[in-house]
Amino acid sequence: MEAVTDHTISALVEDKPGVLARVSGLFRRRGFNISNLSVGHSEVPNLSRMTFVVQGDEFVVEQVTKQLYKLIDVVRVNDITGDAMVARELALVKVKAAADNRSEIMQLVAIFRANIVDVAADTVVIEVTGDEDKIDSLFRLLKPFGIKEVMRTGRIAMVRGPASTGGKPLTANVDDHNAPDVEAVP
Amino acid sequence: MTGAQIVCESLMREGIEVMFGLPGGAILPLYQVMPEYPQLKHILVRHEQNAAHAADGYARASGKVGVCIATSGPGATNLVTGLATAMMDSVPVIAITGQVPRGAIGKDAFQETDITGITLPITKHNYLVMHTADLASTIKEAFHIARTGRPGPVLIDIPRDVLTESADFVYPDTVTLKGYKPTMDGHGQQIKRAAKLIAGAKRPLILAGHGVIIANAFDELRGLAETAQVPVITTLLGISSFPEDHVLSMGMPGMHGMAYNNIAIDRSDLLIAVGMRFDDRVTGRLSTFAPHAQVIHIDVDPAEVGKSVHVTVPIVGDAKRVLHALVNEITPTTRLEWLQEIDELRQEHPSDRLRESDKLLPQYVLKEISDVTNGNAIVVTGVGQHQMWAAQAYTFREPNSFITSGGLGTMGFEVPAAMGAQVARPDKTVWSIAGDGGFQMTMSELATIVEHQLPVKFALINNGYLGLVRQLQDLFEGGKRVSVEYSHNPDFVALAEAFGIRAFRVTDKGQMRGAILEAMAHEGPALIDFRVEPEENVYPHVPAGEGVTEMLEGPSPETEGAWKR
Repeated sequence: MEAVTDHTISALVEDKPGVLARVSGLFRRRGFNISNLSVGHSEVPNLSRMTFVVQGDEFVVEQVTKQLYKLIDVVRVNDITGDAMVARELALVKVKAAADNRSEIMQLVAIFRANIVDVAADTVVIEVTGDEDKIDSLFRLLKPFGIKEVMRTGRIAMVRGPASTGGKPLTANVDDHNAPDVEAVP
Repeated sequence: MTGAQIVCESLMREGIEVMFGLPGGAILPLYQVMPEYPQLKHILVRHEQNAAHAADGYARASGKVGVCIATSGPGATNLVTGLATAMMDSVPVIAITGQVPRGAIGKDAFQETDITGITLPITKHNYLVMHTADLASTIKEAFHIARTGRPGPVLIDIPRDVLTESADFVYPDTVTLKGYKPTMDGHGQQIKRAAKLIAGAKRPLILAGHGVIIANAFDELRGLAETAQVPVITTLLGISSFPEDHVLSMGMPGMHGMAYNNIAIDRSDLLIAVGMRFDDRVTGRLSTFAPHAQVIHIDVDPAEVGKSVHVTVPIVGDAKRVLHALVNEITPTTRLEWLQEIDELRQEHPSDRLRESDKLLPQYVLKEISDVTNGNAIVVTGVGQHQMWAAQAYTFREPNSFITSGGLGTMGFEVPAAMGAQVARPDKTVWSIAGDGGFQMTMSELATIVEHQLPVKFALINNGYLGLVRQLQDLFEGGKRVSVEYSHNPDFVALAEAFGIRAFRVTDKGQMRGAILEAMAHEGPALIDFRVEPEENVYPHVPAGEGVTEMLEGPSPETEGAWKR
C-alpha cells in the first residue's frame, strides 16, 4: 500500500448556496484529513473550482473521490497529484520594518520576486505567490524582523500543457464510465 | 398558481397517491390547498418521526417513492431519525418541510431551524427553495434523485411565503444534472471476467443484499444461483430477495447469522456480492473476513465498491441489468462437492433449528406466524432480539416481504413502517413484529392505524427487557444489568383496546396458534401480547470486533433438549 502523502484534488462543483458546506461536511463526517482548501469561479459560468490537499494513501484518496462524486452538486473530481502541474498560493504578510532594516527586507522581497504593497511608519505588507515551500522560506527569513500578521489562500493548481485540469476523471478501481460524461460538461 | 398548488400539482405529476404528515404554521398554506387535490390522500400522523417511517415503509413495500410532510422547526427536526433510517437503507423518501418566511430566515424566528443544514449528512440531497418559480423543477429533480441510482431520501424545505406567492406552473419533462448520472449497465469486460471467475470457483457463494430487492432482480438472482449452482446467503436487508424454501437458500450471515454461513464464507474461494455493502455486522473483524475468497462486487454505488473489502472484479451497475448480463455469460454447471460440504456444515451447526422447550420461546412465535401465513405475509420489525428472531425463524417465500431498519437500527420503526406498508399493500397481511421497548417509542400511531382502518397485525414479543442490550450485558459485561429492564410495562392488551384495537394475550405455547389465527381472522387491526421467555438470547452471537467464525453458538442440544426443524 502506498504511503500517506499529500494529494492535490481539483473538483468542479455547481456554484450553489451550501456547496462548500456539503463538501466540507463530507470531509468532516468521513474523517478525511484536508490541510488546504480553496474555492473560486471556474471558466464555466455557474461552476466553481475547488482545490484541496488531502492527506492519505491511495485508498483514502479513492474514497474521497468516490464520496465527492456522490454529492449531486459535484460535477467532476480529479486527483492531479501525479500530473505535471503548476501549484501556487498567495500570501500577505505584515512585517515590522523600522528605517534601519527596511532595505534588508526589500532585498529579500526582490530575491523572492515578491512585492511590497503597503508601507507604514514601522511596518510593510508583502505580497508573495509561489508554492508552499517558497512562501514558508520567505516567512522563515522574515521572522527575525517580527511578523505581525499572515494570511494565506491555500493551494490552487493547474495541469501544465494543453490538457484540461478536469480532463482525466479519477475513479480508481471502478471503470471510467462511472465518471460523469466529460462531453456533457459545458 | 400559488406555490402550494404547484407542490400538489407536481406531486400528482410524480404519481403520488398518499402522503404522511402533520401540519403547523409554516407548512399551513400547503395543507389549505389539499382539499383541491383529493387524489392526494393525506394521512395525519401523531408524530412527525412516524410520518417519515411510514413513508419509508410505504416506499419499501410498494417500490414507489414515499412522501412525508412536516412544518418548520420541531416538525422538521422530528423527521430526522426517519430520514437517517431511510438514508442508511437506501429508501426513496421525499420530505417536504415548511420553513419560516424568507425574510425571517437566519433571525432565530419562532419555529425556525436550519433543517437543510441538519439533514445534510442524512439525505441523498436537499433543497431550500427560495423562489416559487423554482418549485416545480426542484420537485422534479428531487424525485429523480430519490428514486434513481442508489435510492435515498431527499428533503425540500419551502419558506411559507414561497408557498403563498404565485408563479406559472410548468412541470419539466426531463432532468439534467451535470453532477449526477448513475451507471446502470455493468461494464461488459468486467461481467466476462466475473463469469470466468464463477466458472473456475470451487466454493462460490452469493451474498445478496437490499440492492437485489430495490432493483427488482429476484428472477435474475435466482437465475444466477440456479445456473451456476451457487448457494445464496442473504444479508438482513437482503432477506426476501431469494425464496427461503429454495434448496440453495442459506439465510443470513454475520453477527446473528447462521453459524454455517459464517463458516462457509470463511472457506469460500469466491464471494459474489450483489447490492450489499459488506456492513460490519456481516463481516465482523475485516482482517479475518473471507480469507480465501476473491470478490465480485456488483453495486450501483461506486463508493461502496472497495470501501470495506478488497474487490477482485468490481461491477458498477443496476443489480437487475448486471445479473441479467452475467447469467447470459454463464454455462450451467453442478457443484455437488461444495453443496455437500455445506450440507454437512448445516448438520454440524444447526443454528436454523429451534430448540425444544415447554416454555413460550420467542422463536416459536415467529415460526408459528410463518407457518400460519405460509411465509407470504409482509413482516415489519423494529430493532433488537425480535428482529433477529424474525430474520432467523420466519421462512420468507414472497419477494420483498421483509421490512426492517437495518443500517441505522431504529427501534420503534415497526409500528409506523407497518402502517406505511399496509397503506401501500392493502391486499397483503402485514405483521408488525414488535419489541416491548421499541413499541412504546412509536405506539401513538395505533390511533392513526385505527382511524384509517388498516388491518395491521401486531405480534408484541414482550420480554420486559431491552433484550439485546440485556444479552450484551449478560454475555460480555459479566451479567451486570444496567437500565435494561422495564419493571412496569403497561397492560398492552388494555392499551390496544383503548386505541380500539382487538387484542389478545398469550402466555403459553399452546395458546399461540389459536391467537394468531384469531388475529388474522379479525377484519381490523389486532395485537397479540406474547409474554415470551424473558431470558432467551439470540444465537449465534459474534462478539463485536471479533471474526465471524468466533461465534457463541448457544445452548447445545445436550443441555437443552433436542433440536427440531
